[in-house]
Amino acid sequence: IGAVAGMRTSPALATAEDAMAKVKEFAGGAEPATGTITLNAPEIAENGNTVPVSVSVESPMTEDDYVESVAIFADGNPSPDVITFNFTPMSGEASATTRMRLAKTQNVIAVAKTSTGQVFMDKKEVKVTIGGCGG
Amino acid sequence: GSWSRAMAQQAISEDDLLSFDATGNVTLVHITDIHAQLKPLYFREPSINLGVGEVTGLPPHVTGKDFLELYNIEPGTPHAYALTSEDFVSLARTYGMMGGLDRCATVIKSIRAERGDDNVLLLDGGDTWQGSYTSLKTEGADMVEVMNALKPDAMTGHWEFTYGADRVTELVDSLPFAFLGGNIYDAEWNEPAFEAYRIFDKGGVRVAVIGQAFPYTPIANPRWMFPNWSFGIREEDVVANVAAAREEGADVVVLLSHNGFDVDRKLASRVDGIDVILTGHTHDALPEPVIVNDTLVIASGSNGKFISRVDLDVRDGAVQGYKYKLIPIFSDVITPDAEVSALIDKVREPYEAELSRVLGKTDSLLYRRGNFNGTFDDLICDALISERDADIALSPGFRWGTSLLPGQSITVEDLHNATSMTYPSAYRSMMTGSTLKDIIEDVADNLFNTDPYYQQGGDMVRVGGMGYRINVHERMGSRISDMTLLKTGEPIEADKEYAVAGWASVNEGTEGPAIWDVVESYLAKNPVVQLKENTSVIVDA
Amino acid sequence: MASVKPRVKVPKSASAGEVITIKTLISHPMESGQRKDSDGNPIPRQIINKFTCEFNGQVVFSCDIEPAVSANPYLEFTAKVNEAGTFKFTWVDDDGSVYTEEKEIALN
Ligand SMILES: [Mn+2]
Ligand SMILES: [Mn+2]
Repeated sequence: IGAVAGMRTSPALATAEDAMAKVKEFAGGAEPATGTITLNAPEIAENGNTVPVSVSVESPMTEDDYVESVAIFADGNPSPDVITFNFTPMSGEASATTRMRLAKTQNVIAVAKTSTGQVFMDKKEVKVTIGGCGG
Repeated sequence: GSWSRAMAQQAISEDDLLSFDATGNVTLVHITDIHAQLKPLYFREPSINLGVGEVTGLPPHVTGKDFLELYNIEPGTPHAYALTSEDFVSLARTYGMMGGLDRCATVIKSIRAERGDDNVLLLDGGDTWQGSYTSLKTEGADMVEVMNALKPDAMTGHWEFTYGADRVTELVDSLPFAFLGGNIYDAEWNEPAFEAYRIFDKGGVRVAVIGQAFPYTPIANPRWMFPNWSFGIREEDVVANVAAAREEGADVVVLLSHNGFDVDRKLASRVDGIDVILTGHTHDALPEPVIVNDTLVIASGSNGKFISRVDLDVRDGAVQGYKYKLIPIFSDVITPDAEVSALIDKVREPYEAELSRVLGKTDSLLYRRGNFNGTFDDLICDALISERDADIALSPGFRWGTSLLPGQSITVEDLHNATSMTYPSAYRSMMTGSTLKDIIEDVADNLFNTDPYYQQGGDMVRVGGMGYRINVHERMGSRISDMTLLKTGEPIEADKEYAVAGWASVNEGTEGPAIWDVVESYLAKNPVVQLKENTSVIVDA
Repeated sequence: MASVKPRVKVPKSASAGEVITIKTLISHPMESGQRKDSDGNPIPRQIINKFTCEFNGQVVFSCDIEPAVSANPYLEFTAKVNEAGTFKFTWVDDDGSVYTEEKEIALN
């Protein structure tokens, strides 16, 4: 058990609606499909200040058909924006990893846009816990 | 005593315990969650072990009479005593203590003698180096020395990491066998920090053993002690390691796991190609494997009470058949191995005087294991409230901690068996009612989240001085109600501050006396422990 | 910012057409703009807001970074290597500073 959870200043947090509005804007009118994109993040964050998140999108990554960008959003941070990865055919694969801040338990959302106009989305809940007990 | 030895020997024999309908060409021997218990002990299995969601009522979430019925075990028999809490005190007096690594050594040597050294793999599931006075004083060296004598082929870990990164590295480097952890990564460069798997040639077949350390070690235990290691379930890495091992010609794939039972059951349902999961961490002892997606999930208990033997018939690159036995280690029945007995005496010798120093006596059964307050935690909570002048006490829901029968003395060794750790400070701090609710809800979700991948595998935080009601099937934030300050009978108020004492905080720099000093000081003033049944938590299950 | 230091891991060589993994770290506090100092005054935002990886002058990968990215930003991505050459990595700070690093790669 953590003696007391770390006291952080609590700015107004984004909502699921704010995050979905960002997804819509990024998708540019297309309805995001499931599959093709995989978002990887731990089920429970070890440290809310630095949570690893990875995305990978199945794609031939040729001049004619490649993933242009993947945006990551979070629906419980002060702002939903996290990062946008921009790929080129020279990327070889559409995969990338970074580390992000999570103010509390929330959904992390990844949206991919391809050069052929397809949009894919994946989502995962990451729990931010006080921690401290065990077997 | 000698009477229980006679009773135990009358009811069971060493030959019965070791007899096995051998099959196939490879034998896996599994021991896990020893928690540094070198000597025979009492360990009461839980009377409450709730499952939620899809696993409600499924093993291991079956206790007491239901357990006996499910596995067709006669009440009052040695197996009933070993596997359940039914009639525990009286059966403990009849059948005696269990475990002792010298007894385990006898069983392991006998299996090796029967099957041939080259056909047996001994696998240690972790939580081996922590849980006793001597392991704390030697920073795990006593356990490493004794375990080395058993000649394991591989281990993984959890509480091992609470000795800190430097000590873990030093001990792991010294091991004459593999320390495996495919889910441990360097936190800076995201690269594997430990060997993920090893392939053994045994009985003419290639056996891959993949190690899976406790995924939530940096959350359940102080991350600051090993800041450069990141853990996690990392299911995709398990998939990749199974594929890599098969690619290297493995005929059999074994996951030596410290995930906890429900996590491993879910993993088995989602990851193909694992023949056997030797599970640990949740301390369950099941007399039969649970079979999920053609994977045998095997749970071998804790504290050296049991050893699992799995014979595999491997032909044409696949497992064609198996035989399994969970061997209970009745200390009065199994002859101690002389070499390992001598080694145990040697590592304990410098501490014997302190280990046997008597602090008090108990008139009540003292135990911890179970989803809610055990009596040993009630004693710790009483000591925290009294010695630290608090309204409310919090004690972590660890699954380790041995039991004491009514009438037994409480020694330094016994107290450390329930408290030994590298972050023992007993803090005192002011907390609002809403903070207390947040903490209890948070722990409840770590135990009762319906998705096992979000579970951490401990039990509920034990609470002294406060009662509450819990509905385990609710969602996070809605499970806990009716929080009441016991000394006044008044409801806990969200904005009001309460003096809370607790121990084992994962936060760096926590201040306060060691928990064993707090309990010792309390026992000096209250030398005879008499605990009433704890009715302060009302459970809706 | 004087203390900012980039580090990069790139394989020394690759086969023609191989997809390699590149890892980068840069020491930077990534001040989010959400925090207040001890007097209660807001601490202004200062983050790395853009990262680019080029190979022989052509952009391979880039990203637009927001304050939700952790301190000491870590980025891992891939590149397809068709020829020997030089990777150039560029990080852009809110204060206008630009940090760069270069790595050579040979063909097997
Ligand atoms: Mn354990
Ligand atoms: Mn454990």
